[in-house]
Amino acid sequence: MDALTVDRIHFAFTATFHYLFPQLTMGLALLIVVLKTLAIRTRDEHYDEAARFWGRIFGINFVLGVVTGIPMEFQFGTNWSAFSKAAGGVIGQTLAMEGVFSFFLESTFLGAFLFGEKQLGPRLHWLAAFLVFLGSWISGFFIIATNAWMQHPVGFALNNDGTFRLTSLAALLTNPWAIWQFLHNMMGAMVTSAVAMAALGAFYLLIHQFEEFGRTFARLGVIAGLIASLLMVFPTGDRQGRNIARYQPVALAAMEGLFEDQRGAPLAIIGQPNVGARKLDNPIVVPDVLSFLTYRRWKAEVQGLLEFPSDQWPDNIPLLYYAYHIMAGLGTIFIAVFAVAGWLLYRGRLYDTPLMLWALMLLAPFPYIATTAGWMTAELGRQPWLVYGLMRTEVGSSTRVSVGNGLFTLIGFMGMYAALSVLFLFLIYLEIQRGPGGAEHSGPQAALAAAD
Amino acid sequence: MIAIFAVLDGFDLGVGIIHLLVARTDAERRVLLQSIGPVWDGNEVWLLAGGGTLFFAFPAAYASGFSGFYLPLMIVLWLLILRGIAVEFRNHIASPVWTAFWDVVFAGASALLALCFGAALGNVMRGVPLDANESFFLPLWTNFRIGPDPGILDWFTITLGFASVAALTMHGALWVAMKTRGELQTRAQHVASPAWTIVVLLTVALLIIVPLTLPRFALRYADRPWGLIFPVAALGGLAGVKVLSRAGRDPAAFLCSCVYVLTMLAAAAFGHYPYLLPAISGAQSGLTIYSASTSSYGLRIGLLWFIPGLALAGSYFLFAYRGVAERLDTKT
Repeated sequence: MDALTVDRIHFAFTATFHYLFPQLTMGLALLIVVLKTLAIRTRDEHYDEAARFWGRIFGINFVLGVVTGIPMEFQFGTNWSAFSKAAGGVIGQTLAMEGVFSFFLESTFLGAFLFGEKQLGPRLHWLAAFLVFLGSWISGFFIIATNAWMQHPVGFALNNDGTFRLTSLAALLTNPWAIWQFLHNMMGAMVTSAVAMAALGAFYLLIHQFEEFGRTFARLGVIAGLIASLLMVFPTGDRQGRNIARYQPVALAAMEGLFEDQRGAPLAIIGQPNVGARKLDNPIVVPDVLSFLTYRRWKAEVQGLLEFPSDQWPDNIPLLYYAYHIMAGLGTIFIAVFAVAGWLLYRGRLYDTPLMLWALMLLAPFPYIATTAGWMTAELGRQPWLVYGLMRTEVGSSTRVSVGNGLFTLIGFMGMYAALSVLFLFLIYLEIQRGPGGAEHSGPQAALAAAD
Repeated sequence: MIAIFAVLDGFDLGVGIIHLLVARTDAERRVLLQSIGPVWDGNEVWLLAGGGTLFFAFPAAYASGFSGFYLPLMIVLWLLILRGIAVEFRNHIASPVWTAFWDVVFAGASALLALCFGAALGNVMRGVPLDANESFFLPLWTNFRIGPDPGILDWFTITLGFASVAALTMHGALWVAMKTRGELQTRAQHVASPAWTIVVLLTVALLIIVPLTLPRFALRYADRPWGLIFPVAALGGLAGVKVLSRAGRDPAAFLCSCVYVLTMLAAAAFGHYPYLLPAISGAQSGLTIYSASTSSYGLRIGLLWFIPGLALAGSYFLFAYRGVAERLDTKT
């Protein structure tokens, strides 16, 4: 294994693990605002209790998001120093802006939300929930803007020594790639949290505990999930796809396993890309659909991989192809499940259809797989570039960090994160078992209440 | 930014260090954690914001420093992870084994972090062996000397590390003394007093050692004697800590401690200027704020959002600190 491979796996592993937590908190933040709004509208303590319960789940996720997020900001320097030196003047802006504009907001008002309900009163408590939501979405935006610059660089100029300098912060923040990627990503986060809520509601209904809350969670989860999963495909997924077609046509060809240039290009549903033979093995395709999706014309020409020099192909085409198909396939399944669940909800039969409740409950892990596959699609599709078309991945890593040291810290992170996973699941399990409701908790609030 | 981090996160690190020493019972430990609970991760955010600012303003120094201090940085990251989850997860389960375990993790990680931050400052002051690419890689230790072949830990950086532990212990104990009543307050004062003595000894030692071992500092202060105001103010702050805590004026004593931490860092920064990362050997003299900074457009636009952004952050902060403004004790 060479140092570059270690550095790539290092970042991929820590980033993937990190993102398991923010995707839930970003979505959940909005759902908690919805619950708090319902509580104020209906003056029903039930919704406040539900918001408190999800606040506790949020809190655990948030802590893990924070502690696994700190290494991300440092890793640009530790493992990708050549890239940082070249691009820091540009992407350092958005990363620092995230710290200044979002972290303070989020961390301060999360504290207020979790610990200050009594002092704040209902309206200010709602505001605290809203500011946490705002902070988490701003944070997401700055990270996506950073990534978007690497996918589609804008607002910069090249210096003589090969480094980049920022020429327009406005261009950096209004990067068309960033806008659609952000919305698509946030809809993904909404689906994750909606599925989590619906799944837990279904679980409570199936075990006949906390059933009143189970119904609220299932109802809210299904409605939010249906809306978000539809928005995830159209317009956000669609526009994201067209951005890829426009700015990274070679990545699009690899995602679809399209080798030959084609008019009326087909959409591959299933098949295995065979890079050696330059073809898609055992394909099941729908003719003309790819052309239509990309250019809105059934017979439009879509460029195949062979149109591009092979040193510009993404370096792992099969993985990219599978990641993209898993993401798209799961997205379709989410819509189908939520459509059926939504129809049952409308007919008033959701809560006593065990088969549907089972389906919702078992759906819980799949949004995580879909978002991970989605990010793999984005990042593998960017290869072989670190900064698209300008800086190749192999020149970006730290020159003085040896393979052994990189591997050592990678394994260290794997061990640390394995322990964190166990801890996380254990604490979440405890919260789910305690459930929402008026019973005394030994969570942080109770500890403070005891100390008060 | 780093200075704000030192003052703010400094006291919560200090609280961590004295956590096991001062608070004996579970209720007392909860009070200590409660005193930093609403603010600690906000404080830590200053570190992140500082890192981010270094990244955009001085990308070359960020890249060189972070890859060169690879091993210690990873250790710091792991400690930050452990400390964060220790604070947050401690109270999730009411079991004596569970809480005791996280208390030890919290205290240990806090002390090691204080040591690491001190040593880090020492490394930056001493300089590193930069190569032609402005890169370097330091082993954790070599022969513990400030030679051409330095390690992360040598006698100088270790001294700074211990000075940092002592100073933050004092800082944290004064915070606890200010925030609590009764037995907790008495015990915190009993920790602060010997810590103060050690801090005085180490501070005086450092004020002698630094100009002797790093002639750059001596020259800079000889050139601009007005800079001496910083070390003098630091000593004044220390004197204030003693006088005011004797008089029982804990908030003022804590404030003096803040002055001490700030002016010591200012003294180091003044002597260090204009270097960010000096070279200890080789043809280069090192990375300075001129050679490592980003384009002037980047800096200007950065300042443009940075100042209102910080003002905004400051306003949230006042909000949060107001929430912990009252004194805590185990009974109320």
